[in-house]
Amino acid sequence: MTAQKTKANIVATSGSHRLLKELPHAKLTWMLQRMCEIRYFEEKAEDLYMRGLVHGTMHLSIGQEATSVGSIATLRPEDLIIHHHRGHGHTIAKGADLTTMMAEFLGKETGYCRGRGGSMHIADISGGNMGATGVVGGGIPTAVGIALALQMRRSEQVLLSYFGDGATNEGEFHESLNMASTWKLPVVFICDNNQYGMSMHVSRVMNIANISERAASYGIPGQSVDGNDVLAVYEAVLGAVEHARSGKGPSLIDCVSYRWRGHSKSDRNLYRTQEEIEEWKRKCPIRRFKKVLIEAVVMTDSETEAIDQTAKATIEHAAEVAQTFPEPSPEHMEEEVYAL
Amino acid sequence: MNTNHTREITYLEAVREAMIQEMRLNKEVFLIGEDVGTYGGAFGVSKGMLEEFGPERIRDTPISEAAIAGAATGAALMGMRPVMEVMFMDFLTISTNQLVNQAAKMRFMFGGKCSIPMVIRAPSGSGTGAAAQHSQSLEAWFVNVPGIKVVAPSSPYDAKGLLIAAIRDNNPVLFMEHKLLYRLKGPVPEEPYTIPLQSAEVKREGRDLTIVAYSIMVPRALEAAEKLAAEGIEVEVVDPRSLKPLDKETIIRSVSKTGRVLITHEAPGTGGYGGELAAVIAGSAAFDYLDAPIRRLAGRDVPIPYNRTLEQAAVPQVEDIVAAARELAQEGR
Repeated sequence: MTAQKTKANIVATSGSHRLLKELPHAKLTWMLQRMCEIRYFEEKAEDLYMRGLVHGTMHLSIGQEATSVGSIATLRPEDLIIHHHRGHGHTIAKGADLTTMMAEFLGKETGYCRGRGGSMHIADISGGNMGATGVVGGGIPTAVGIALALQMRRSEQVLLSYFGDGATNEGEFHESLNMASTWKLPVVFICDNNQYGMSMHVSRVMNIANISERAASYGIPGQSVDGNDVLAVYEAVLGAVEHARSGKGPSLIDCVSYRWRGHSKSDRNLYRTQEEIEEWKRKCPIRRFKKVLIEAVVMTDSETEAIDQTAKATIEHAAEVAQTFPEPSPEHMEEEVYAL
Repeated sequence: MNTNHTREITYLEAVREAMIQEMRLNKEVFLIGEDVGTYGGAFGVSKGMLEEFGPERIRDTPISEAAIAGAATGAALMGMRPVMEVMFMDFLTISTNQLVNQAAKMRFMFGGKCSIPMVIRAPSGSGTGAAAQHSQSLEAWFVNVPGIKVVAPSSPYDAKGLLIAAIRDNNPVLFMEHKLLYRLKGPVPEEPYTIPLQSAEVKREGRDLTIVAYSIMVPRALEAAEKLAAEGIEVEVVDPRSLKPLDKETIIRSVSKTGRVLITHEAPGTGGYGGELAAVIAGSAAFDYLDAPIRRLAGRDVPIPYNRTLEQAAVPQVEDIVAAARELAQEGR
């Protein structure tokens, strides 16, 4: 097993140089800051877990920070996302309060879901994060309904629907893309392609080189991008968001990246080599973005490091505060199941 | 219940009228499903609705039950009030991930910060010669899922009042429509009205024994009660109408009065809803009044067969109810 099995023919590469000039400095700062926050959040999550402070499982997105940040950077504040079990990155990029998020991870009453959802199900409905689903592909049909409501209400909002490479082999993926395409719904389907569905490399579970080829079956635009290049992701998703917002319907954007950690806490990485993991670590999306910013003289080395260290401190603080929050009470749980 | 002088319409028309009246009242209500538009629905329930409400709100879909259920779930998450029609209840097997893992869970799982106000209309039951994959009654699956409500009306009056209540409810409500009931006629007021979901009804009063029945088993139980009355056995028929939430009090009161109870439903007995009803009764104050063991008369533990004789033999018919009730009435006397 070597990295050669990664056959994806990335269609779009970075339009970095042009974008670096076009995008406001504040936007680029925001992107780097969010990517760093995601990285430190995940590392802190792992640390808390190792110290026995976390009850459940977790799915870390270390190495995939560019995908969530690059795509959500294209949105207006009122736009929506719906995502999946490896969802810390999307949640942070959509603007979640980090302490409230950490509280949810720790199962606290003050968490986003009052400790009922945990790592796999963080939702921030009022912030436009319509929630993470833990069943592979399960959020995609729900995304169709959210986008249908937007269309029926003549809203200008769009929805980003995230799922992994494994989800594109689920029937729900195919039913949903067909339906959304038929009705021209304002949704962008984004594949967080980390190349493995648990232990199964994409090359073992589908007979195509690029997941974006699947778009052709539904008559919608499809594009595979370098998911470790935050500006390439931004550029691809921006086009798809404009397409959706103008009433032309959905697109499928396949962001090819890699998860550095195992699938979940039980993963012993038996299905891939250490060399492969190391090779992808060398393609770190955060280090790469910093380098691009510095080389283009958008930021100095000390500026990027300042952003980095601020993010680290923010996460440390969030984790410290969240640990002091109260546990939920098991009384009255039945009363929360149904809405009045 | 209803007054005299009320016009009579069918169960099917009552379902349609409930949808039409709610759609006129609330722009956020819409119907989504396979062939609900031009075709009027597989059973003709939505006939004529496309003309009044247009294709956006009477929404024909691809044959994609997972995506239909997801479309309803997502729209409900946004605060709309979708009514999803599945062509046959059996096809909910394809929708189940959206209904069970998404619609039912989201409110609780997200800390109570959203609600999913949707209705799943599901033609259920056997008796049409449609065999094993178009005849099931799957209520027991869904009552075991916290977050979903399950309603199974047995009359045109109940169908209209319960459907309007279901559409106005802020939760996913599975609304079972028995195919054999569609042509049943009964008095239904023209104006909109609701029946609270947690309200059983005594459909016939009697002193000797209680039959708890829902959906198609209610008219069968009433017919059986008529025959037993001729033999001097006075049967009380109680229809829970909604299986979840369940109005336990009305059932317990009736059983406490008669001291004998027969529970009947069309779905197979093993793991069926009758077991839940039996447990509710056995665990209640009615236990002290029981003069005979609680008895169940359910569908046999077989897939619904095609052949007419076999199909009828697979689920309780009027004569089966008469026989079981007669035996129960005499037990220990």
